[in-house]
Amino acid sequence: MGRVIQGKVLVAGEAEGESLMTSEPLSFWGGYDQVTGEIIDRRHPLSGQNASGRILGLPGSRGSSTTTAVLLEAVRRGTAPAAILTANTDSFLALASIVADELYQRPVPVVALSAQDFAAVQTGDWITVHADGSIEVGDHP
Amino acid sequence: MKLSPTDRDKLEGREGPASAMAMSILVRMGEVLEADHMIDIEAAHIDSTLYMGQATLEFAEKLSGMGAKVCVPTSLNVGGVDQQGWQSWPVPPTWAEQARRQMDAYQSMGAVPTWTCAPYQTAFRPEFGQQIAWGESNAIVFANSVIGARTERYPDLLDICAAVTGRVPAVGLHLESNRGGQLVIEVSGVPFSLQAEDSFYPVFGLLVGKLAGDRIPVLTGLNVQPTEDQLKAFGAATASSGSVALFHWVGVTPEATSLEAALKGRQPEEVISVGMADLKAAWQDLTTDAGGRLDMVVLGSPHFSLDEFRRLAPMLEGQSRHPDVSFLVTSSRAMAALAEKAGVLHPLREFGGRVTLDTCILTTPMLPPEVKTLMTNSAKYAYYSPGLLNTQVVFGSLADCVQSAIEGHVVRDETLWAA
Repeated sequence: MGRVIQGKVLVAGEAEGESLMTSEPLSFWGGYDQVTGEIIDRRHPLSGQNASGRILGLPGSRGSSTTTAVLLEAVRRGTAPAAILTANTDSFLALASIVADELYQRPVPVVALSAQDFAAVQTGDWITVHADGSIEVGDHP
Repeated sequence: MKLSPTDRDKLEGREGPASAMAMSILVRMGEVLEADHMIDIEAAHIDSTLYMGQATLEFAEKLSGMGAKVCVPTSLNVGGVDQQGWQSWPVPPTWAEQARRQMDAYQSMGAVPTWTCAPYQTAFRPEFGQQIAWGESNAIVFANSVIGARTERYPDLLDICAAVTGRVPAVGLHLESNRGGQLVIEVSGVPFSLQAEDSFYPVFGLLVGKLAGDRIPVLTGLNVQPTEDQLKAFGAATASSGSVALFHWVGVTPEATSLEAALKGRQPEEVISVGMADLKAAWQDLTTDAGGRLDMVVLGSPHFSLDEFRRLAPMLEGQSRHPDVSFLVTSSRAMAALAEKAGVLHPLREFGGRVTLDTCILTTPMLPPEVKTLMTNSAKYAYYSPGLLNTQVVFGSLADCVQSAIEGHVVRDETLWAA
């Protein structure tokens, strides 16, 4: 078992997968293709990467207030990240997940980490998210 | 979070199922945000109108199907289709139908069909100090900064919950204590001739958004009094490259009568000096392709105002666009009706230009696939088009955009930026 870090639960849930991390905030509107899960903001460092089914780590969302709608549609289509780790409380990402729960009973777990813990997670780490906000970080099984 | 007896009535369904669902979402958000209690709002602006696929339609129809009604004056942002003009563009009929259903659902809740991303230029303009719940990033930053109304950044799906219940968690920019500037941006060395140019504002806004991120910037060092449309272009840019929901411009915006007032007695976290080199870099960043080829000029993000139609009209008189370049202005049905009455739409039509109403190129799939390069005077269009539309983009002044449409290729007067 890898190391365990404790985050703050914004929306509770369990997930497991390979992480995709960025230190740059992202607007999902204009930045996340809800059909494929690809990051499409051509100015963003993750441009061209696919976040569908992965544990997406980003400091938070940025810009457009339509981020929530894009993430909700991605949940419906099954192209959303498996869970989202943030470096701050991000109300947009939390909201999309809460509405996904109210509408489809399919919340995306969202956990806020301290800036230090967030920075210590690398792309490619194998992450297990628990409902209490604890995160196991290890190598790909 | 403490709930009032009426909050609890709503949450527990005593005011119907729609109010219960809306209040449940608000209460869960209040807990995420660690709010102490909820407050009343006086108005709402709904960005949830945007059709982003089946999910947003299902959300709207679930609320309307449960009999949701807004309980404060509520304006509507752009929708997912120009119901009067989509047939003349390659909008898929299924999209048009679904987007129209979503627009109908929000109208059925008692919201007013303003269909604009510039609600601050309609009768729904709020007043200084009013507590409101607004969606749409450019509208939020304008309402907070230029008017001094109080709104958090309401995302799609939450704005309508606020409108249906009339309540929001007491957090963020609703509270006076959170409205002080956090970052001072001192501008120097910008010639007055550039400060007076409309195209300065989107560029400056792009730079400020990038520097500020989600912080509240305080701007000093400029000596112009920007017009309302210049502040609108500036704010939209700050909310595209950053998450700016409030800026203070010393001597310009109502909560910034002085630097001290804008900082509300606190020290800034950071002071950044910017000059022409930073502005030039931001100006270049707004253009992805300077090859000269051009397919379409597009204006109106945020939606064109009557004043903007008035400024455009004389530039078009006696001219016509090049047959290879289309020319499009996006606005709302109400603003276009005013422009028609004022006689400033006629020159646009004579020029060969078109108007799309109640939506924009970013929110309805209207562009023909052969459109590969756009030119615009809007930082928001320039910022989002490459990702959302997969086009190249060229940023220019309004005059550059018109001249380019006439000549059929990109023409830019770069002298102000070359200084």
